[in-house]
Amino acid sequence: MKSHWGIAAAAAVAMLGGCAAQTEGPATASSERSSNRYTPPDDPYPSTYRAYPGVPTAITGATVFDGEGGRIDNGTVVLVDGRIQAIGGADTPIPEGAVRIDGTGRWVTPGVIDVHSHLGDYPSPGVEAHSDGNEVTSPVRPEVWAEHSVWPQDPGFSRALVNGGVTTLQVLPGSANLFGGRGVTLRNVPARTVQGMRFPGAPRGLKMACGENPKRVYGNRNQMPGTRMGNVALMRQTWQRAAEYRDKRTRDPSTARDLALETLVEVLEGDVLVHNHCYRADEMAVMMDMAREFGFRISTFHHAVESYKIADLLRENDVCSAMWADWWGFKMEAYDAVNENIPLVHNAGACAIVHSDDPNGIQRLNQEAAKALADGRRMGIDISDAVAWRWLTFNPARALGIDEETGSLRVGKRADVVLWNGDPFSVYSRPQQVWIDGALLYDMNDPRLRPVSDFELGQPGEGDVK
Amino acid sequence: MKALAHFLAGVAALASAPLAAQTVAITGGRVVVGDGSEPIDGGTVVIRDGRVAAAGAGVTVPAGATVIDATGKWVTPGIVAGFSRIGLTEVDAVDATNDIQATNSPFSAAIDVVPAINPQAVSIAVNRAAGVTRAIVSPATGRSIFAGQGAVIDLGSDMQPITRARAFQFIELGEEGAQDAGGSRASAHVLLRNALREARDLRLPIGGGATRETRESDAPIEDISENPYILPDARRPEDVLLTRFDAAALVPVLQGRQLLLVHVERASDILQTLALKQEFPRLRLVLVGVAEGWRVAEQIAAAQVPVIANALQDLPSSFEQLAATQSNIGRMLAAGVPVAIGMNNEDESRQVRVSTQFAGNLVGIGRVPGHSGLSWNEAFAAISSRPAEAIGLGGEIGSLRPGRRGDVVIWDGDPLELATGVEAVWIDGVQQNLENRQTRLRDRYRQPQEGALPNAYDR
Repeated sequence: MKSHWGIAAAAAVAMLGGCAAQTEGPATASSERSSNRYTPPDDPYPSTYRAYPGVPTAITGATVFDGEGGRIDNGTVVLVDGRIQAIGGADTPIPEGAVRIDGTGRWVTPGVIDVHSHLGDYPSPGVEAHSDGNEVTSPVRPEVWAEHSVWPQDPGFSRALVNGGVTTLQVLPGSANLFGGRGVTLRNVPARTVQGMRFPGAPRGLKMACGENPKRVYGNRNQMPGTRMGNVALMRQTWQRAAEYRDKRTRDPSTARDLALETLVEVLEGDVLVHNHCYRADEMAVMMDMAREFGFRISTFHHAVESYKIADLLRENDVCSAMWADWWGFKMEAYDAVNENIPLVHNAGACAIVHSDDPNGIQRLNQEAAKALADGRRMGIDISDAVAWRWLTFNPARALGIDEETGSLRVGKRADVVLWNGDPFSVYSRPQQVWIDGALLYDMNDPRLRPVSDFELGQPGEGDVK
Repeated sequence: MKALAHFLAGVAALASAPLAAQTVAITGGRVVVGDGSEPIDGGTVVIRDGRVAAAGAGVTVPAGATVIDATGKWVTPGIVAGFSRIGLTEVDAVDATNDIQATNSPFSAAIDVVPAINPQAVSIAVNRAAGVTRAIVSPATGRSIFAGQGAVIDLGSDMQPITRARAFQFIELGEEGAQDAGGSRASAHVLLRNALREARDLRLPIGGGATRETRESDAPIEDISENPYILPDARRPEDVLLTRFDAAALVPVLQGRQLLLVHVERASDILQTLALKQEFPRLRLVLVGVAEGWRVAEQIAAAQVPVIANALQDLPSSFEQLAATQSNIGRMLAAGVPVAIGMNNEDESRQVRVSTQFAGNLVGIGRVPGHSGLSWNEAFAAISSRPAEAIGLGGEIGSLRPGRRGDVVIWDGDPLELATGVEAVWIDGVQQNLENRQTRLRDRYRQPQEGALPNAYDR
């Protein structure tokens, strides 16, 4: 029987004193870690996404935020064969025959990336029959995969594209469980199947949750966890089981396969990234110790309402915070929110991300960033617009392990591009055109380039502006 | 004794200081009256005796007025939150603080939010700091289609939040109403008609053991304690579903003396609600939510029923909102419907401050082909004078026309823009403190690391 993960082999090598990169699977990306992360050889639900055809396109005369902090006035961006071919000033060469788009008075940015969405697993309409985000049958459910809940016909995907310029998103399980299951990173391209949306080569995520939700859900059933200390104890016990399972599988590959622990082993091996729902500063600090105790890495704390209280620790531990601009107070652990959370985290040198967790918020991530940026400036934190754009594209790409592929307008990266009809930090601006892998998938001037999901077909409002 | 006297004097001073509404003249700013008219550059706003005395160009600064130079700033009426639950909860998920809904109450229509409003809720201070000065506050339904009576409040820092108590009755007649009524919209409509019948059939004591029916000419019931229909000798038929208290609370609705706010989203539900006016011509309806309003905008306009709509609802998040679009408000307005922006979603209890952002978005979509946006002036009116008018308080709040309450905000830029901040707020002519728990936490953690002492000493 074919080794189903490749991890056992990798671990065996590691135990024999080998280290660093195993090169199982195609080495599609240049980063040192990517060769291990991308396309696990046994991926049973592989991406079938194919880029749609585009035409060579040059946007000229625009204000360009490159997504990594750079700004070019009167800039040119060239998209060819689905990739960024060139980015520069007015003298950037434009290939013959390329479609030219006058970007004067407009802005060009990388496509927005939402690191925290439930589109597809809590789709619209939000009826009981569609409620597929929380496997609330045990606090430890790392064996479930969000992608197996995603309904590609969720009309919310198209709203995120058209109003929000969102080209990539991670769909996560909910936060009822300590271990909620695997998240999946998607291209925001309509498809018949979730495999048709999966970002090729993107590592999967593991959703974990601290705090109120798990202890409330299970405590109410007189089951562990009923307290925050119960949360931590059950997490630790589970990581311990995962480590033992890894060792056992390494020694004896015929050991019965455990799909739940398999996810956790992939985390321990660095192939699956931890996305941790965690609001309170003190709990984040505990989680960072837990990561050290068991040897895993937390990519990102999600919601992270209190990150501003421990921005220094987050920088030292190199953990990103995915935050709202000003959403607060809906529950106890969201009570200490401040409007300046995002700029305070950024200013401390830690990684800041604007996220939505919401089918409406995902349509306005640029506006959330704008509010936070302005609040930061009012308290004296001076961050340029171009640098703040990192919160929307480059930093989430890093958090998802896809920064070699997207998240900034670097030559050779995927041509995930938004042309905004004005300053994207203005409330009055909207995406004018959106390209994904160089394919024009939205154009505000062309009603035919407005995706309509199966659900909306034949219903009132079909194909309307939304 | 002496200490106590000192203490009392101190309290009196504290209490009276912020209440002393000065005469204030704000000069040089771009003045937005809030009634849909064009902004006036270099205008002056005068607040006197807690009210707007004048606003516009060529206004004379009264002698003795405190003059505030607002050159380069925008001066507007305070934002009116068109539909909210602000002040009814501290932390939504902490039940003990949450007075939005009374699922196990024996009462429904009689419920009155006034005793539940907490002017010291953190959300009041947070939203005040963002320029919101008044809010329409509604209870939510528990186990009846009748949620009870809502109020209009101010967001001032004093302990008198109520602008208009019992301004309206709130009911559900869509999916939520169907659920509240036992499972169908048809049942919700029967419950409503029956309730209004029971209100009509309440018999008023006229002395000597005799009673008579409610008449439209009866004096309005301003206060439950004055309501004669709940007196013990006011007789009722046997065949009743409502408690006497609930039925009596509906008398002013039936008389057209209290507004009836109805939450509906689906086009057909909107039409069914408008049709109530044929059976009960005195009803003064206001529609709330109304995601599919644009589909029946002409009928709403013909009925001249005001609408308080959620600005940015554009998802078919339920089967009653299939046609939702951000153009809804623009299309209704174009058809002649009086429309205000309200929340009616999870933002309603703490985040009414996003009203400005929502209004700005409705301006923004005007630049997208096919969308029906709002002009800037209409958008601002939709979060100031329009909600005030919808709730029957257009003469009191929501604009800087002379005689309105002295609710004024100075902004450092376009109030609908995301980067704009609030510089000063007056409510009833009293300048407000804009500090709140969030700004205090921010200041404490400007540098998160502990200094010579723990952060807890830093305040």
